[in-house]
Amino acid sequence: MNDIILKVENISKQYRLGLIGTGTLRHDLNRWWYKIRGKEDPFLQVGEVNDRSVKGESDYVWALQDINFEVEKGEVLGIVGKNGAGKSTLLKILSRVTAPTQGEVKTKGDIASLLEVGTGFHPEMTGRENIFLNGAILGMTKKEIKQKLEQIIAFSGCARYIDTPVKRYSIGMRVRLAFSVAAFLEPDILVVDEVLAVGDAEFQKKAIGKMQDISQGEGRTVLFVSHDMTSIEALCSRVIVLQNGKIALIDTPQKAIEFYLKSDQTDDEINYVNVRGDKQFYIKKITINGGHNRNNIVKSGSSIKMKFELNKGLLPEELKKIAFYLIIKNELQSPVLTLSNMYDSSFEYSKIATRYLECEIKGINLTEGRYSVTTWLTFNNALSNQINDAFVFEVIQTDFYKTGKMPSPREHGYMLLNQNWSCS
Amino acid sequence: MKIQNDNQWLYTISSKHKLFALNFKEIWRYRDLLAMFVKRDVVTLYKQTILGPLWYLIQPLFTSVIFTLVFNNLGNISTGSIPPFLFNLASITAWNYFKECLTGTSNTFTKNQAIFGKVYFPRVIMPMSVTISNLLKFGIQLLIFLGFYLYYFIVGSSVEMNLNILLFPVYVIMMALLGLGLGMIISSMTTKYRDLHVLVGFGVQLLMYLSAVPYSVAEARLKFPEFVVPFVEYSPLTQIIEGFRYMLLNSGDFSWMSFTYTLVSSFVIFLLGLIIFNKTEKKFIDTV
Repeated sequence: MNDIILKVENISKQYRLGLIGTGTLRHDLNRWWYKIRGKEDPFLQVGEVNDRSVKGESDYVWALQDINFEVEKGEVLGIVGKNGAGKSTLLKILSRVTAPTQGEVKTKGDIASLLEVGTGFHPEMTGRENIFLNGAILGMTKKEIKQKLEQIIAFSGCARYIDTPVKRYSIGMRVRLAFSVAAFLEPDILVVDEVLAVGDAEFQKKAIGKMQDISQGEGRTVLFVSHDMTSIEALCSRVIVLQNGKIALIDTPQKAIEFYLKSDQTDDEINYVNVRGDKQFYIKKITINGGHNRNNIVKSGSSIKMKFELNKGLLPEELKKIAFYLIIKNELQSPVLTLSNMYDSSFEYSKIATRYLECEIKGINLTEGRYSVTTWLTFNNALSNQINDAFVFEVIQTDFYKTGKMPSPREHGYMLLNQNWSCS
Repeated sequence: MKIQNDNQWLYTISSKHKLFALNFKEIWRYRDLLAMFVKRDVVTLYKQTILGPLWYLIQPLFTSVIFTLVFNNLGNISTGSIPPFLFNLASITAWNYFKECLTGTSNTFTKNQAIFGKVYFPRVIMPMSVTISNLLKFGIQLLIFLGFYLYYFIVGSSVEMNLNILLFPVYVIMMALLGLGLGMIISSMTTKYRDLHVLVGFGVQLLMYLSAVPYSVAEARLKFPEFVVPFVEYSPLTQIIEGFRYMLLNSGDFSWMSFTYTLVSSFVIFLLGLIIFNKTEKKFIDTV
């Protein structure tokens, strides 16, 4: 046990921003002058933390800073992070496409990467020829490819076109063929970057299944980058969270995903602007899961707590005339469902004046996507206050059914329900 | 269970690099890729053309005709007893191989950045494959040369080979090394600053005129201003072209001195190219 196959030590990577031109030459000469005198690169000290959204002072930026981790043999390590957190840079270093500015990566096995499928296809060559070419680029020998040729063709589902030049292929067919070649690679360490978001639904299922085979069935070491929390949770044994080029957390998938989702929330305030109604009573403040963000990221199946503060306290008899609705709409602006105190039989009207209405949903049974919430407050059957798109929650896919399979919202609808199947 | 010596690691990725880090074992492991690239170049070159490989013949033939018209008929450059057309065809055949190797490899990094940016394989495979696949082109052009050679021989012109023909493979290797070496140097230097790229086009043209392609070294000594002659004489390419004509047409001169000089300088340029190429390949993707 405890067989470490890959060791990453103090990896840092600096990038220069802006254009390459005459000004760059001055820096290069400067750097060279330091180098021949045996001094350290002067520009390594000036880099800034890599935050995409903030405009910095320096031309140099650290895409990765002091990355340290170890991977054991047979482990599936997930890497998550926002766009620009340094995931791809890390994978590029690991797959030897570019060298780190500082630090070392040590490995005991071959690393092969599925960074982006389909590079190295030659449009004029037939599918069969391209399988050989692409396989060789990925590091397979001719013999290996020959052995697997039939499997590769069968997996791609392009058997009919296999002797036709690839330029006649549709994009989808190219992707299928490319993924099929890569899927039959047998390196010690496989690096996978978002390749599953390819092809049609049928092929995606096939691809994810194949990934599971590789990691679980064959016991291969896999580094897996994805924004898809379902597959991260289903496939990985440990997860690294990258933030602005640094490792924020290494933990179990559940904890890491939770941490990542929390950190990913933006700081936009809830808007109370888009308002209709006579405003006799109105919502003054909304608190969601303890925060005041307009965008709230929640995992499917997790719970959510919403608290609404009214402009003034309601007397018990006033409260009885209040109906409060939350209309949840999907990305297409069509209502998915509505929540209301009217729909809760256990809702108790308090005996004293109240200022707060609270709602808790245990287990959001929604598929992944962006849901906006419109609040609707009526008093005595008259609209008192309506806030359109008051806040949004982004539901992130997790392994809701604990089977690793998830329906896609567009095709299969927006609801998730636990269900029992049996056969007889 | 935890014995971890550093030599246990298969390889290390770091920012440091050795001066000469060519990993022959690795290149050997990727030999199938080399073969695939060569095959790709050869197979795909004539897809969807009518004349196909004939294009290879047309270019040197026409150039030879023009050279003969301009330099020999108009410019009165003497080619001794050799038919001027054959003289030019020999020079151009040799020169073309070098030129194709140089121009084919000089854009290795910029042309292949998409694939280099995604997968790792020993980068040197790419220029090597160009050099090898150009051999085919060279072979075809050599055949057409031999055809004309035979024709002139039958017609009774004074053409003869000499024993130096045994050195033929060495000359091919020298041309390949020179083209590859220079190409790798240029491709490495153009990753960040593209200035050299502009130079390649007409630089190659200039080099051709300076390397005794349309004339013999003896003619150059006779007619060039004194200060230009050393440039012509010490260009390793001059020696290759001259040597090529010497063994095929028995014209010009040959000395073991200059042969050794050419051999050594080809190797030096090739090694220099390898070193610069290796230094560049690790980080070029950030600057290309």
